[in-house]
Amino acid sequence: MNLNLLLLIPILTATAVLFCKGLKQVRTVSFLGSALQLALSFILMYYYWQERTAGNNAAFLFEDNFTWFAPLHINYHIGVDGISIAMILLTSFVVFAGILVSWKMEQLSKEFFFLLLFLSVGAYGFFISLDLFTLFFFLELAVIPKFLLIGIWGSGKKEYSAMKLALMLMGGSALVFVGLAGLFFNTNTGDGSHTFDILQIAQMHIPVAVQKLFFPFVFIGFGIFGALFPFHTWVPDGHSSAPTAASMFLAGISMKLGGYGCLRVATYLMPDAAQQYSTIIIVLSCIAILYGAFATMMQTDLKYINAYSSVSHCGFVLLGIGMLTRTAITGAVMQMVSHGLMTALFFACIGMIYDRTHTRQMSQLGGLLKIMPFVSTVFVIAGLCSLGLPGFSGFVAEVTVFMGSWEHKEAFYKISTIIACASIVVTAVYILRAVGKAIMGPLAKTEYGLLKDAAWNERVAAGLLIIGIVAIGVAPFWLNQLVGPGAESIMNNISNAAVIK
Amino acid sequence: MNYSSYIALIPLLPLAGFVLLGLFGKKYFKTFSGTIGIFLLLASTVLALYTAYQYFFINGKVNDVYQSIIPVKYTWLQFSSGTSIDMGIILDPISVMMMVVVTFVSLMVHIFSLGYMKSEERFGTYYSFLSLFTFSMLGLVVASNIFQIYIFWELVGVSSYLLIGFYYDRPSAVAASKKAFVVTRFADLGFLIGILILAFEGGTLDFNTLIQRLTDTQSSQFISITTASFLGVSVLTWALTLVFIGGAGKSAMFPLHIWLPDAMEGPTPVSALIHAATMVVAGVYLVARLFPVFSINESSLHIVTWVGMFSALLAAIIACTQTDIKRVLAFSTMSQIGYMMFALGVAHKNGETGLGYTASMFHLFTHAFFKSLLFLCAGAIIHLVHSNEMQDMGGLRKFMPVTHLTFLIACLAIAGIPPFAGFFSKEEILLATYHANKIVYVIALFTSGLTAFYMFRLYFSIFWNKPKELHGHPHEGTFSMKFPLIILATGTMVAGFIPFGHYVSSDGKILETPFHLNFSIAPVLFALTGILLALWMYKKESNRPHRVASALGGLYHSAYKKFYMDEIYLFITKKIIFNLVGRPANWIDKNIVDGTMNGIAYSTAKISGWIKGIQSGKVQGYALYFFSGIILLVIVVLYLWK
Repeated sequence: MNLNLLLLIPILTATAVLFCKGLKQVRTVSFLGSALQLALSFILMYYYWQERTAGNNAAFLFEDNFTWFAPLHINYHIGVDGISIAMILLTSFVVFAGILVSWKMEQLSKEFFFLLLFLSVGAYGFFISLDLFTLFFFLELAVIPKFLLIGIWGSGKKEYSAMKLALMLMGGSALVFVGLAGLFFNTNTGDGSHTFDILQIAQMHIPVAVQKLFFPFVFIGFGIFGALFPFHTWVPDGHSSAPTAASMFLAGISMKLGGYGCLRVATYLMPDAAQQYSTIIIVLSCIAILYGAFATMMQTDLKYINAYSSVSHCGFVLLGIGMLTRTAITGAVMQMVSHGLMTALFFACIGMIYDRTHTRQMSQLGGLLKIMPFVSTVFVIAGLCSLGLPGFSGFVAEVTVFMGSWEHKEAFYKISTIIACASIVVTAVYILRAVGKAIMGPLAKTEYGLLKDAAWNERVAAGLLIIGIVAIGVAPFWLNQLVGPGAESIMNNISNAAVIK
Repeated sequence: MNYSSYIALIPLLPLAGFVLLGLFGKKYFKTFSGTIGIFLLLASTVLALYTAYQYFFINGKVNDVYQSIIPVKYTWLQFSSGTSIDMGIILDPISVMMMVVVTFVSLMVHIFSLGYMKSEERFGTYYSFLSLFTFSMLGLVVASNIFQIYIFWELVGVSSYLLIGFYYDRPSAVAASKKAFVVTRFADLGFLIGILILAFEGGTLDFNTLIQRLTDTQSSQFISITTASFLGVSVLTWALTLVFIGGAGKSAMFPLHIWLPDAMEGPTPVSALIHAATMVVAGVYLVARLFPVFSINESSLHIVTWVGMFSALLAAIIACTQTDIKRVLAFSTMSQIGYMMFALGVAHKNGETGLGYTASMFHLFTHAFFKSLLFLCAGAIIHLVHSNEMQDMGGLRKFMPVTHLTFLIACLAIAGIPPFAGFFSKEEILLATYHANKIVYVIALFTSGLTAFYMFRLYFSIFWNKPKELHGHPHEGTFSMKFPLIILATGTMVAGFIPFGHYVSSDGKILETPFHLNFSIAPVLFALTGILLALWMYKKESNRPHRVASALGGLYHSAYKKFYMDEIYLFITKKIIFNLVGRPANWIDKNIVDGTMNGIAYSTAKISGWIKGIQSGKVQGYALYFFSGIILLVIVVLYLWK
């Protein structure tokens, strides 16, 4: 399987979109491109299983490596393990659904779809990169379109939000870059030269002092993407001003870049520092989980509710990473996938409601179940997934994180786990409050009676995301098996580091 | 005999019903949905009865001891080498008994709903939710893994949520469904943490292994969990108490009972199934499932006993004052579950001391019959009167003879009058408490008098008293509504004669439960007193109830207000959690966290404004900076020179 295809298809689709005329052509091309990409990610998983069952135990499969800029040892090095495949699957699901819900985007449609596809190139590239510089390059690719998507197609105080988001994420990127440069200059390939190659760095032992210095840069930098407390404030404003598809991409994909980066770069390459800083990470993520949940409880705008709840849910990702056990890290990756699908579904659904009622305020909504049974059912499903109901993906991920966290013996870890667990109650409160106000109850306004239920494109988009959520929720073992070995190799690195020390 | 071939179908058939009716019910099946649901469940019920027959009479025993058999099991989610969530089916006396109860009562409710929900627009949805509930409840009772029970625990919770909120355009139903879910969720938090502790200490999530490790006094797990302590209480006690909190939430034990009366907003057949016969006894079932572990830990058993006792008494007192017939029944359910709980609490493992265990399960079994019967009768009455309030009813015995007779049977059963089912099971409970704890026995005896009083208060005010004006031609419902009543009434009459100890006992061996005539005099006398008091007060319209109420004054009033529990909760949630936690969190986020970010941005912009000002392009300005710089340097140099 050639991984370059994963980049080639979105690039070609994006280019083709530039030559299209009119909304119809643009959306058809984007649709086909993203459908092809979705199929491709399944094929990728299929080949991956084949390799694994054939006994190929290499950490990364389907590697491809050629020199990009020799003087600085920058290589275009790509490859995947189970974790990246899970993230690629997530991305292709969200992109496909995002294209579908933007079906009627008439304003500057060509540019809109181009930017969406461009963003996805960045995400795919990021998840398959095995070279720090390439990884950073793709990370930047994924940032720029967001600014434009919010600034041009957004709503509300969009300029402020676009600027805030771009500045904070750029700030995060800058921190990441400092960290990566620091790592680079402390590598030694044996002949005195440096390397950006993740696999090579993982084999080396970076001096502990260097790790301790640069770990915070990388972790906080990526953490800003992943809504690390207290750098999460771009999340609510950014999401609420963004157009529907951009919100889906932002929460479903971009925030996952952060989690993946924390795991693949910070924890994997700087295992000693990861252990030393784990207490701080756990404290911060527990704050994010519980405090995010309480802040959500006070929101009145549906998008703000989902955005703040994302802060809380992404806290589980960082908690899992901070706990540093195999199970917890597996849980963190599962939570990334689960949250990506669930939040994309939620935003899609909120978008559908907003398109029809022109409001996202809960006080203006009510009784939608009567007139829009499909949209309302989807909303309830997304909500139930968010509050961690078994049968949906959220439960599986959260439970895996809890079980992984509880493997530690010390009281500190137990208390943090209990704090994280406590959020399931608060989550139930705010989700059921939103469902009760917006979906159930008497019809808020008589003119809502004329509104139409979801169109085919919206049904397909929602259906696809629900299939993803249920597939994980009902049969989690496949995802567990996919992600497990990846988490294992990260853990091996950490235990090796402990031995060397 | 291979169990696995068909046994998985028992829960899976209702699941198929849920998927089928949920996806296509509204569009394609319409009124046919009910029939599909009923047939699928009928198949499940037959299979469950067959399994029970196989288990109890053919191959459940080895050396006269009932075994715990796991015919189906597969790994669902592997955490580490020892711990995994498995989906499996466990067959032991209590799970088989529960399987029969759940499928049977659910079938009756399915049939009853055919008439009761006939004119409902979302008929298909209703049946799909019922199927979802039945599936989840069956999954719960057959769980072989403690996390499996938690998974289905949550699923029954959500089915209950969906069904309570079935009439979603009523704000009261929406509020009630939310309350039920959130309160039980809060309790589930305890359950979850309890599971985590047990899993960590026991090194497994599998029930049988867990129980075996934690009850073997030689095992390292046992030693570690009993010697380790937190805040002076052993970890085992913590774990069991936390698990019990989960059970108390589901089973509406004080102080987590507040959701149950409100849950009566749902359609009445749903109350019969979920909030009377099956889901609310899940907490009792959970304690019974882990009973071997509970029985080695006195402190947690004490908690179970006293919480059960207090709930039984409190609910019975409140039930005497309520006027909504469904709420009376709800409090009565809570009170009866309290009986089951303290019966478990006073029991021990092995032989005669395990009487409480058998009695508790027996009461659970008989209660399922007569309580679902009571609720279905209430449904029939509400269907006729279009009101839940007692004052809108009276003299109904003329219009609904079948309902009248079956309701009377159920009332006699719950009051503990021989030879109805409730008499036998309550008798066993009282016997068990008599031997174990005299204080509990006295309170239980008094409560059984109260039970008889409030049930016959209901009976006389509905079917006797002064007839009220009714619109149109009042008549009983369709055959589909009468049939389940008759079946359940038959069950109520015969279930008491089952020698329950032969099948369900704490150690799997046969437990003889002889009948003591002398012992039963006191409870029956108490019951008769209650009935006579109700007769005196409610048979004919009079101002006696009013006089009694005013004589009791404050006690009556606070019982009527349910001892202000709702108000206390409202104060805690609205005033404390919302205003003192939620609001500050939001404020901090807006002003401090985000404010800092905005502040940084603002100061950056300001500073860049100054710097921009420096590079103004004016030569005079540059000259000024130049000379100021020189002067500054000169001063510094001179200063250093000294």
